[in-house]
Amino acid sequence: MTPMLQVSDMDVWFGPPHARVTAVKGATFSVAPGESFGLVGESGSGKSTILRAVVGLIPGWSGRIAVEGKPVAGIGRDRAFLKTVQMVFQDPYASLHPRHSVDRVLSETLALQGLGDVDRRITRLLEDVGLGRGFRFRFPHQLSGGQRQRVAIARALAAEPRLLLLDEPTSALDVSVQAEILNLLKDLRAEHQLTYVMVSHDLAVVAHMCDRLSVMQAGRIVEIMDAATLRAGAPREDYSRALIAASTWRRA
Amino acid sequence: MTGAPLLSIRDLCVTFPTRQGEFQAVRGVSFDLGRERLGVVGESGSGKSMTGRAILGLVRPPGRVTAARMDLDGQPILNLPERRMRAIRGGRISMVMQDPKFSLNPVMRVGPQIMEAYRLHAGGGRAAARARALEMLAAVQIRDPERVFGLYPHEVSGGMGQRIMIAMMLAPDPEILIADEPTSALDVSVRAEVLNIMDALVRDRGMGLIFISHDLNLVAQFCDRVLIMYAGRVVEELPARDLHAARHPYTRGLLDSLPRLDAPVDRLAVLERQDDWRTEAIDASMVDALPGGLR
Repeated sequence: MTPMLQVSDMDVWFGPPHARVTAVKGATFSVAPGESFGLVGESGSGKSTILRAVVGLIPGWSGRIAVEGKPVAGIGRDRAFLKTVQMVFQDPYASLHPRHSVDRVLSETLALQGLGDVDRRITRLLEDVGLGRGFRFRFPHQLSGGQRQRVAIARALAAEPRLLLLDEPTSALDVSVQAEILNLLKDLRAEHQLTYVMVSHDLAVVAHMCDRLSVMQAGRIVEIMDAATLRAGAPREDYSRALIAASTWRRA
Repeated sequence: MTGAPLLSIRDLCVTFPTRQGEFQAVRGVSFDLGRERLGVVGESGSGKSMTGRAILGLVRPPGRVTAARMDLDGQPILNLPERRMRAIRGGRISMVMQDPKFSLNPVMRVGPQIMEAYRLHAGGGRAAARARALEMLAAVQIRDPERVFGLYPHEVSGGMGQRIMIAMMLAPDPEILIADEPTSALDVSVRAEVLNIMDALVRDRGMGLIFISHDLNLVAQFCDRVLIMYAGRVVEELPARDLHAARHPYTRGLLDSLPRLDAPVDRLAVLERQDDWRTEAIDASMVDALPGGLR
């Protein structure tokens, strides 16, 4: 079966040649259709950078990225790619335009995707993310953090993608709101047969959401394991075990 | 808790005027703090940070702070004139904020910042202050204090920045440390180090610590006692080790909404908020626990 996302030998770097910082070194992983794959690690380990390079937000990368077997190059992404792959960002306070209403956010995305029947689709999207049509003409400042993240998810779903890249989708939210959003993401995945690649620093969230995950350290993938291995605290590598141990503090 | 409390607070309210009338961010919070680690947990908007700011007199007008009592070692500190409050703030009660990036002066080297904080409260000469700054940097487990002393804040990592903040706050030897989400901006591995340092300092110096956090599991492990706040009020108080046996439906709801590594579930429980959590009578056992009553 062709993987939904295949990344091979990927390097990602920032800065000019004389002051180059390589943020991702030789990353290789593949995500099957319908799978949910997690990327975990400390800040600076390169986990978000991988997602950003996949969607074409970072110019400096080498290696191979293929979505459903179709390779991509540089930062250009064609319409077919953007119809297949969408991204949800960490901070819903920053990722929504403060002066665009929910209606405008969604209708603009629909127009860009060349999708008609805007009225019906917006109503449907808002219902899908549990907001209801009453929210259609609100502005971001009239929404709570959880509601904003629902709008950001609706925007990602507007293109009817098959692969959703989730960059810390709940780390800016309270735990009770996090539970709602994680449940919503689980429901949407089952309903629309979505594939997820999810970045998080919270191991419990990744264990809850993902089938498999990769542990990253200083730009390298240290280990790829399944969620059961994570839950059992039985990974192969020392670093992965240290990361799991550090997620609960115990008095020394 | 033994002896007289370091800090005693009864019926603390913080009110802000808005166009829709008065908004009460904190509504009648009461507690005593001894030489212990007291956790204050709640979601954003529950009033936990505002409680910390009110104690330090950091609520800006038009915000208003009232209380039946707010005593530090038996002396009232509520709404003191700014000049007298300044002697307490930083000297006897210190605060560590969430993100060291925003709490350190970006155009001043780290060492002189710690010296300044120390001399403001303890006085003394430059040489003594310098020695103290280096001693404090070593106390927070910074390996090469001399080198870090001369660095600018942008040259240090987040974890080191937070340790520098703690060094600065502890230099004048305060009786109480208020830590507002001190580790939320840090990675897990660094977080453990910072917590160990705070833990050791509180224990060795016999300080009172108010640890404000949204992380229930962390507070359960780190603190001695926990207050759970909802909508500006304390809805439950219990020993930290019993947090997982909490009775209040809000506390239970928060605990159940957390995904857990050791207990897989298909769907997470979602908190159903009830209006009466805002208004219900405070549990009698909490009132009994406060010497001198609620008012």
